[in-house]
Amino acid sequence: MSETFLGMPVTAPRGVGHLRGDEPFPKAARTALANPQLRRNLGHATTTIRAKSGRVIAELPDWPELRAAGSAIKADVMARLPALLEQLEERVTEAGGVVHWAADAIEANAIVTDLVKATGHDRVIKVKSMATQEIGLNEALEAAGIEPVETDLAELIVQLGHDKPSHILVPAIHRNRSEIREIFLREMPGVDPDLTDHPPVLAAAARRYLRETFLRTKVAVSGANFAIAETGTLAVVESEGNGRMCLTLPETLITVMGVEKVLPSWRDLEVFLQLLPRSSTGERMNPYTSMWTGVTPGDGPQNVHLVLLDNGRSAVLADQVGRQALHCIRCSACMNVCPVYERTGGHAYGSVYPGPIGAVLSPQLTGVEDNASLPYASSLCGACFDACPVKIDIPSILVHLRAEHVAAHRRPTPESITMAAAAYTMDHPRLYAAAQHAAKASRLAGRRGRGLPPPLNGWSASRDLPDPPQQTFRDWWAQRNREASK
Amino acid sequence: MRIALFATCLADTLFPAAAKATVALLERLGHEVVFPPEQTCCGQMHINTGYQRDALPLVRRHVRTFQPYDVVVAPSGSCVGSVRHQHAMVARAAQDEGLAARAEDVASRTYELSELLIDVLGVEDVGAYYPHRVTYHPTCHSLRVLRVGDKPVRLLRHVRGLDLVELPAAEQCCGFGGTFAVKNADTSTAMLADKMRHVLDTGADVCTAGDSSCLMHIGGGLSRLRTGVRTVHLAEILASTEATQ
Repeated sequence: MSETFLGMPVTAPRGVGHLRGDEPFPKAARTALANPQLRRNLGHATTTIRAKSGRVIAELPDWPELRAAGSAIKADVMARLPALLEQLEERVTEAGGVVHWAADAIEANAIVTDLVKATGHDRVIKVKSMATQEIGLNEALEAAGIEPVETDLAELIVQLGHDKPSHILVPAIHRNRSEIREIFLREMPGVDPDLTDHPPVLAAAARRYLRETFLRTKVAVSGANFAIAETGTLAVVESEGNGRMCLTLPETLITVMGVEKVLPSWRDLEVFLQLLPRSSTGERMNPYTSMWTGVTPGDGPQNVHLVLLDNGRSAVLADQVGRQALHCIRCSACMNVCPVYERTGGHAYGSVYPGPIGAVLSPQLTGVEDNASLPYASSLCGACFDACPVKIDIPSILVHLRAEHVAAHRRPTPESITMAAAAYTMDHPRLYAAAQHAAKASRLAGRRGRGLPPPLNGWSASRDLPDPPQQTFRDWWAQRNREASK
Repeated sequence: MRIALFATCLADTLFPAAAKATVALLERLGHEVVFPPEQTCCGQMHINTGYQRDALPLVRRHVRTFQPYDVVVAPSGSCVGSVRHQHAMVARAAQDEGLAARAEDVASRTYELSELLIDVLGVEDVGAYYPHRVTYHPTCHSLRVLRVGDKPVRLLRHVRGLDLVELPAAEQCCGFGGTFAVKNADTSTAMLADKMRHVLDTGADVCTAGDSSCLMHIGGGLSRLRTGVRTVHLAEILASTEATQ
């Protein structure tokens, strides 16, 4: 049977953007696990956010109903996405905005670059945005001679440190304050050489640098948390006020948004503006919620653009099990509760979308074979499913993608041969009993399994095997029955 | 009550004490236990590693084996989780709607041990005696797939002589995760290290849980470090009496 058919939506193209890592997860994880500073930073940060979020969620008696509503609204959006997007385009256009459709990262980068060039300016200020990181917009702008300046504090730390974000909400979660001080001293133009690592001092240094940049930059690029099809309104939620500056001060505002972010009606915001801050930063309300509908003459940006990005999303939508990954509102609750993420950090996932949601979203956007190790980067403990404010069943999607990966291999692998042999044995109880005895009799494992051959040596490196029992349960049961009938 | 035991392939092969204890406990409570010998494995390892098609005959075998029984029990949250949440899915993926319906029927009568004791048999005090300092690790699948909640702890609280100490960060995964422990051995070991640290912090001599698989992982780590802390299946504690101690 052919795996593709005519009209199958395409996945995100290679060679552009940040959805694929350089090495498979287990290898990248090993590097991260060997860094004790990273382990401490992550352990401290995720534990703090978990506790804070847990407290404010516990305040809401209708949290289960809110989650159910969030999930239902998103399922409705996915069921009629094309119509909602056309409605959104119509409303934004009526309000004086310009809507652009980008099939992939390459098209989106070209659209934004051309729009900036047309303004005649060579610098843009940026609101923190996952979509623009996904498509590698900063690199595309730099290649065209345009300087992008990240204005979210953590994104600024990452940008100045020539680093990669490791968390979708707290991108510099892997850095502590003394590391941040060193980055500022080394990279921030006009920084005070006596800078200390006191957090308010670090924040003040960033504020001074950013204020100057806000006031002399005429073009901004943002993402969007939500877009309302009914009104043509776009919304950004944030904590620092940098977003409000970017969305109001410049002459030109360009927003790049994944197509799945659209919501049918204004009323739907009521649900998500409760779910998002409590799940993400552990706040009852985010400090800044900015909304704009096209152009308001004489107030705010007078040139407003919306770039609707596909980049593999239609392929995700086509998968009945996997499509719920598009429900994600980028709160990062799944990362904060994930025992794997807490130990490896975000860089090990290779994509801008790390953690449990990244492990199901990245392989779907790129095609599972381009991120084949990610669906296995989970113990299937289920903590992410419980934490997700829109109830994405991440463990089930992980298992589904593992099956897709196995199905993609047309030739047998050592693993597939072993699995087939094990299944055959287990479907033949006599063979199974014989295998149980053979396993007991063999000294293959050596004493307590310390000398297991690859790939099982991953087990024996840190764990002993149990002593084989004198008798299997089924032998004991048979013997007991024989003795009872004597 | 006549109860069919699904021993699970892991307990049958490597941890028969957990299955034997399940038999001893239920017989002591006055029930008849049967072990249908056609049973082997629920297929979870295959399903969770991506080999759903290989798991199909195992699902079919499991459903055929246990369909005749009114009540099925397994000393494993994880295997019952697979029976309840994966068997019908595997059947549907193979477009076998008849099998899916039968799998759902069997699943509706299949219980993890603490569920059987509390929800079906209505007993919290099973008359056990176990004079040890014990900490309980709630395994992920019993906690988040089956939602057994505090049922195992309620059973443990009634065990005479048992000093139950709370495990810090108990709800965090131990890092086993089936083939995850091999495919991502380094991450699995890092998770295990934290779990072991918490177990040792309690000062318990015994760490218990409802799954032999997680206990094999935690126990293997504790043994390698020569901590002296033992892992013992919940069924073995509940089966213990003055006579067996």
